Amino acid sequence: MPSPFILDRTSVTQVMAWVLAALLPGIAVYVWLFGPGILVTLSLATVTALAAEAGMLKARGYPAKPFLTDLSAIVTAWLLALSLPSLAPWWLIVTGTLFAIVVAKHLYGGLGQNIFNPAMVGYAVLIVSFPVQMTQWAGPLELTPAHLSLVQSATVIFGGDFPKATLDAVTMATPLDTLRTGLLQQHTVDEIMTQPIFGHYGGTGFEWLAGAFLLGGLVMWALRIISWHVPLAFLAGIWLTAGFLHFFDAGRFGAPWFHLFAPSVMLGAFFIATDPVSGATTPRGKLIFGLGAGFLTITIRTWGGFPDGVAFAILLMNVCVPLIDQYTQPRIYGAAAKTKEPPA
Amino acid sequence: MSRELFKFKGGVHPPEHKAESNARPIHPAPLPKKLVIPLRQHIGNPAKPVVAVGDPVKKGQMIAEADGYISTAVHASSSGIVTAIDLQPVPHISGLPDLCITIETDGHDEWIDRKPLDLHTEPSKLRMQLRDMGLAGLGGAVFPSAVKLDPGAAHPCPTLIINGGECEPWITCDDVLMRTHADEILQGVAIMRHLLGCSEILVGIEDNKPEAIAAMRDAAARMDFAVEVVAVPARYPGGGAKQMIQVLTGKEVPSGKLSTDIGIQVFNVGTTYALARAVHHGEPLISRLVTVTGHVLRPQNFEVLIGTPMHTLITLAGDRDGTTGVLMGGPMMGVPMPNLEVPVVKATNCLLVKSAELFPPLPKALPCIRCTRCAEACPAELQPQELYRFAKAGDFGRAQEYHLFDCIECGCCSYVCPSHIPLVDYYRYAKSEIWAREKDKRASDLARERHEFRLYRQEREKKEKAEKLAAKAQAKRAELAAEPAAQGAPSDADAKKALIAAALARAQAKKAEIAPKNTDNLSPVTQQEIEEIEARRAKIRELARQPLESDEKKT
Repeated sequence: MPSPFILDRTSVTQVMAWVLAALLPGIAVYVWLFGPGILVTLSLATVTALAAEAGMLKARGYPAKPFLTDLSAIVTAWLLALSLPSLAPWWLIVTGTLFAIVVAKHLYGGLGQNIFNPAMVGYAVLIVSFPVQMTQWAGPLELTPAHLSLVQSATVIFGGDFPKATLDAVTMATPLDTLRTGLLQQHTVDEIMTQPIFGHYGGTGFEWLAGAFLLGGLVMWALRIISWHVPLAFLAGIWLTAGFLHFFDAGRFGAPWFHLFAPSVMLGAFFIATDPVSGATTPRGKLIFGLGAGFLTITIRTWGGFPDGVAFAILLMNVCVPLIDQYTQPRIYGAAAKTKEPPA
Repeated sequence: MSRELFKFKGGVHPPEHKAESNARPIHPAPLPKKLVIPLRQHIGNPAKPVVAVGDPVKKGQMIAEADGYISTAVHASSSGIVTAIDLQPVPHISGLPDLCITIETDGHDEWIDRKPLDLHTEPSKLRMQLRDMGLAGLGGAVFPSAVKLDPGAAHPCPTLIINGGECEPWITCDDVLMRTHADEILQGVAIMRHLLGCSEILVGIEDNKPEAIAAMRDAAARMDFAVEVVAVPARYPGGGAKQMIQVLTGKEVPSGKLSTDIGIQVFNVGTTYALARAVHHGEPLISRLVTVTGHVLRPQNFEVLIGTPMHTLITLAGDRDGTTGVLMGGPMMGVPMPNLEVPVVKATNCLLVKSAELFPPLPKALPCIRCTRCAEACPAELQPQELYRFAKAGDFGRAQEYHLFDCIECGCCSYVCPSHIPLVDYYRYAKSEIWAREKDKRASDLARERHEFRLYRQEREKKEKAEKLAAKAQAKRAELAAEPAAQGAPSDADAKKALIAAALARAQAKKAEIAPKNTDNLSPVTQQEIEEIEARRAKIRELARQPLESDEKKT
């Protein structure tokens, strides 16, 4: 065995474990503000992902233990679960997770080989195939007349017998949906924003959730699990694009702060766009990747057919990664381009 | 000492493990019964033996001379008898044996007549004398020092950097040398300054060696020229020449060039010390400091004669149960030793004894997740994850485009890889494949060139022959055309005719002579047939001759 003979302690498992840990504040806030339904979704997605991972590893003749314990399947499951409506039916969760793990991950070659972010592939498949079921969002507890317990949430998710009226009383359109519908009805942004679903920045409850994901992201940055390039560029891309539109027509386009703190942006910026496997690898490439994803997110939110655009924006940028990487190769030590003279 | 320092990109900071071995004093290793001295201990051509089996040698006697400019001599490390000049195991990763001179020591350790070198000798002559002293870089690269002491007309060398970085974990021989022999190191610096004509002299020492820094500063203060001893941040591979240059001066050595191209020469402290011993004491390079550390009872530094078998040092340091192998060098770039019979050579800075606790077996590699920790750690600022991808895919062309050959194999990328991929292995593999292919390509190019030249030559010869014939025919025709005009046609034409007739007669006679031999004892029928055929032939000949003659008449 040749050199080096020592290793840093970090392992893939540790990296993934930190990602999961960094999601915990977000999950806690989710439960606190939207009810415990998300825990059912997370558990179901986790079990499905592990089963799919084990099955695919066996089918492909890979050892199960090192790959099941790398926690990457659980990260995919959680990211997908956190992107789905918290009261989505069980088969939606299972279908999305299976698609993410089986098709987007393993059929592309497994860990490290997938071109597309698996969680976002799962999400995209669901939103394209089942747009109606993808709207079953639990509303913020402070706005909904009724609240669901954990068991009741599970009953809803698993399609048990549940009064429709009660269900209607706990679900609400998301801020982005509300904005979209309002704009389609020729209201101005200011008029729409007076509805209770909109909070100070992003949306009642949602802005706190965004804050919690931001916190988790900053922890990952501080621990050097992720670099600053992609999240910052992604947020900048959103802010600049939304700000540009808002500046020219504040009545038709949401404010940049609203877009930043609306659901999914912070999760996307720190946890999804930073996926190393499907993202750009060079520093400049990461900036381009993030900026592009931010720009596309607002573009799709504004003119696209779906209320949110983070998933499609990231998938579209995934396609560009090989090109971005190739044309953003950084200067190497001793390359001729830079003449770095020390100050006299 | 408020020199502005610069940073090199990347690097790692593994546990240092210096304290284990740097506190004990230097211990001279005893004279072994047998010294095995390889002839290839430096970069460049191996030395050529100048002794024969059975020759008595003295300590410090040259036993093999430098072969060419980039080469250096090899000396007997002690007195005794040459008992063999043959292939012996040497400390190389390949485990392949190499040519060595074996000396059975006599125990007297009797020196040759040592003569200090005269610094006022003409520089080129002095460098030849230094080459004959066997000096080579002791920091690990073992490049012949005499070559590096030639400033050359094209490259003035205003800056001299003495490298006391010693960034590899566990190794402390430079640290201990600086603590104990700072004055002699600086004498070596003075010699280098004299030969290179440097105006600025910097000594870079990592800040985890405060005693060495203090000792060197003390000694530097006693010199009659300015030497700046700089504490640099301890960060692997900060002791690499390129990184040391970058930290101290902010300059980068251009890709594919030497530091002298930007006016900087770098020497390791051990080399500097050896130079001082050679010049002031007439002692060739026959010993060096070796750190023996890791899984031994008394980790420490030994003064070791070149050619001493490695196992004697490990025994001296106190070997322990549970040894899982020995590295020559540190844990980041060291080479595993195939066995411990191999000798200590000029490049042996450390013997690191491994155990399962100190060096647990490396975990199995997982796929690359493109996290780019390797890129962040790479001091050459490469994209190791891409190089890995290309090397694994056998896409060596792309690997070269991505600057594979700027990789210094420091191991930082492998060290930080969360998937525990032995990245450096892939780069070594890709490099050796590219070298092998280039060699093959050169060979096949040569073969193709030879073949093409052969075809060309054959074609040319054919053409030349044809031209010659054509020219001859032309000349003859011209002669024929010209002569009748000059000397009266008839007589000449008659002569020609006579000539042709004579030739024909000769041919006929010949034909008759070489008539088929199976014409004896023929049956009358066959005989008759033959005669008929002959008659026909004669007729044809007759017919064939006529147009020729009519042609002749026309001319």
